[in-house]
Amino acid sequence: MGRLKTIARRTFLIGSAAIAGGVAFGVYKYKTPHDNPLLNDLPEGAAALTPYVLITAQSITLITPRADKGQGATSVQAALIAEELDVELDQIRTDPGAPSPAYYNTALAGDAVPFRSTDDSLLATTTRSVMDAPIKFLGLQITGGSTTVPDGYEKLRMAGAVARETLKAAAAQIHGLDVAALITERGAVILPDGTRVPYTALASTAATLDPVQDVTLRAPDQWRLLGKPMQRVDIVAKSTGTQNYGIDQSPPGMLHGAIRLNPAQGGEMLGFDATEAEKMRGVVKIVPLPGGIGVIADNTWRAFQAALAVDVDWGPAPYPADMAGHWSALSESFTPDQQDSRFRNVGDVDAALAEDSDLRFEYRAPYLAHAPLEPVNATVVVGEGRVDVWTGTQIPRFVQKNVAHIAGVETENVHIHALMIGGSFGHRLEDDVVRHATRLAMAMPGTPIKLTYSREEDMTHDYPRQIAMARGRGRVKGGQVESFDLGIAMPSVMTSQMGRQGLPVPGPDLQIVAGAWDQPFDIPNYRVTGYRAPELAPISSWRSVGASSNGFFHDCLLDELIHAAGADPLAERLRLCNHTPSRKVLEAVGEMSNWGGTPGPRRGRGVAFCLSFGVPCAQVIEVSDTDAGIRIDRVYVAADVGRILDPVNFEGLVKGGVIFGLGHAMNCEITYSDGAAEQENFDSFPGMRLYQCPEIVVRGLENADNIRGIGEPPVPPAAPALANAIFAATGTRLREMPFNRFVDFA
Amino acid sequence: MKLSVNGTEHEINDLEPDMPLLWVLRDELGLRGPKYGCGIAQCGACTVHIDGEAVRSCQVPAGGVWGAITTIEGLGTPEAPHPVQAAWIAHQVAQCGYCQSGQMMQAASLLAETPTPSDAEIDDAMSGNLCRCGTYPRIREAVKTAAAKLSEG
Repeated sequence: MGRLKTIARRTFLIGSAAIAGGVAFGVYKYKTPHDNPLLNDLPEGAAALTPYVLITAQSITLITPRADKGQGATSVQAALIAEELDVELDQIRTDPGAPSPAYYNTALAGDAVPFRSTDDSLLATTTRSVMDAPIKFLGLQITGGSTTVPDGYEKLRMAGAVARETLKAAAAQIHGLDVAALITERGAVILPDGTRVPYTALASTAATLDPVQDVTLRAPDQWRLLGKPMQRVDIVAKSTGTQNYGIDQSPPGMLHGAIRLNPAQGGEMLGFDATEAEKMRGVVKIVPLPGGIGVIADNTWRAFQAALAVDVDWGPAPYPADMAGHWSALSESFTPDQQDSRFRNVGDVDAALAEDSDLRFEYRAPYLAHAPLEPVNATVVVGEGRVDVWTGTQIPRFVQKNVAHIAGVETENVHIHALMIGGSFGHRLEDDVVRHATRLAMAMPGTPIKLTYSREEDMTHDYPRQIAMARGRGRVKGGQVESFDLGIAMPSVMTSQMGRQGLPVPGPDLQIVAGAWDQPFDIPNYRVTGYRAPELAPISSWRSVGASSNGFFHDCLLDELIHAAGADPLAERLRLCNHTPSRKVLEAVGEMSNWGGTPGPRRGRGVAFCLSFGVPCAQVIEVSDTDAGIRIDRVYVAADVGRILDPVNFEGLVKGGVIFGLGHAMNCEITYSDGAAEQENFDSFPGMRLYQCPEIVVRGLENADNIRGIGEPPVPPAAPALANAIFAATGTRLREMPFNRFVDFA
Repeated sequence: MKLSVNGTEHEINDLEPDMPLLWVLRDELGLRGPKYGCGIAQCGACTVHIDGEAVRSCQVPAGGVWGAITTIEGLGTPEAPHPVQAAWIAHQVAQCGYCQSGQMMQAASLLAETPTPSDAEIDDAMSGNLCRCGTYPRIREAVKTAAAKLSEG
């Protein structure tokens, strides 16, 4: 118990300090509800019944503060509110709202503590709930970690229910009726005589009432929208070229900005000569920036051309100039001094592995760019004592604070207008583009400046996924896996990422071992150790974060040991698995893929499993070893998010996650030479192309107790399933990504 | 310089002939359906038609345009979508959606030339268009749905 208490206390410190050193704040503070930001400039006669529902005499607006970067966040947030509010999605508009502490993310707490998501012990639950206090207090309005659904699942339905009951109370008051006699449907209160009173007609009365707080959420079997196929609210705009993204923002009088930063990310600019660039057509201004220069011009292309024409003297990289230096830093990190965590330590690994074993392997995962297809961009206008920012961001309150600091205005005078994001994969958890755009705009007060990164600037200043190395060893006995010892070394993503927001992150970084220490297996001697490598190139959260590399390490080691034991890869994983929903997804892919059958000559089948973000996900991949190279024929994937809110979007995100995981495992890496990223565009960082895309068969299960998000969990099992399949087809073990270093792909 | 875009003639004076068509459309004419993704013909987000042929507008200099331009805005509208757009809506292809204007322009060009493409022909025609979200399975399905719709007349 003594040890457990230590962990709990330390956990609290990690989580809260990771957010801003907020442990000093009393819990009583977080119990005070945050102010409703919609009340700040409410039109006459309008009602903002909760921070999520705004009704005027003309319209109903649902506030969807989690950023939509393609995962369908806007739609699912709207549907959660609409389900209880009794409006249809074609009757409402959505608005991301203004940044506000009222929109804090509750679900982040759950993943900031060192308890397996499958752990429902009192200690685990208590610690998770304690973590909620500082996150609420600090008002972290963050989109990430597949938390939009778990965060909003009750909160948004509750917001809809409170608004609905308050509107009914307003109708009861106006018409002198008993509330119990009223029902609601399609945005109206229905009186006993059948009269429909639209919510919009009730707004001004409802605004005078205290919101009805005593509401009961409907049971899932009463749902109209949730759990059934829905049409995403953005699908028509995105199918007709009419969706407005950040890069399309064009306020009147706007000028265009480009940037050129030190190719060694974070390196200094020692000097520059812009004589030639200043003479170029359309160039309005060249602006020195921290680590580079910006150009303001009357057209994006002219700005790009001028940025390239500036002669710049760059300082060296603040990290090893070449890859050998990065890999040796990782290689040298497997030491007791650099041990960061050992949350999994069962049996006696040292005794079991005292005798040297042949079962000893090293694995590697490279830096990877997020490379969403919309390059990062932001439009900023600096006015008198106020700044307006149009951009897509996952961290609006940090952006607001940072812009205020740079521009020297009060935080509340920075107005963030959140726009649709053309892909992120974690990229929009960074805000350099907004900071630089603010500096450009400060050079021309009153003129809106849209800063667009060229693809080359975006990819080479991407804050890539962590580089990581793992060393595994094990022992098998009697046809079974008996000992499993995995050490993982990587720099801390959280330290690098939060450091750029000025936040210290003391304590172990769970991401160093996420997707490995927390797997639902019982192995007699089972140990997972995290080693903290020194800070190298600056890194950031990449779709599935630590699990993106660790899922590969853990499952590939398991597969090697199972092979050494002579056991069946699926049967042995099932035998070791101690968590029912996880067993069910493994059984599902076995059945879907007809696992017992033989795949045929020059073909191979691999299975992999990873539990990440609380979601067990299993995949079986079938490959052919063709004369043109490896062809990925089929992927069978099963995942369990507890409850699927939109089966159409669920299937799309699972397939997309599999393709994302496979494409990067096949052919993507960021490498540094002379301090600069060598991959600048999609010719050298291709990912998967359509002709390579396998048939993907998806099954969603609903056995898990808690509802979870599906954005990230399909990514980690894809790479190991592919590696295991290639081994089955060719006999070649791939222990390093990308695999095209070792095999060709058809 | 004269450009015909979506049936409208534009007289653009004093434009550098080497400015890529993409930036003329986006920044000079305000047509922002075609997207900038790579600038080197690797992603296809900027795909438009010139005389019905799918081209990467980031690689066509404004001075070298040889025919009438159609952008996604000219293919169809939310009120009257082209059959390809209707199929994209029906299959809910888009996730972030940023590549989809280019995907649909590519698909429309394919179907105009090859009304009932085989799986291999779809793969060949569509593989120059990158989708980072991984919507390829639905793109394949939507192309087939659009082909069926178009061949019904």
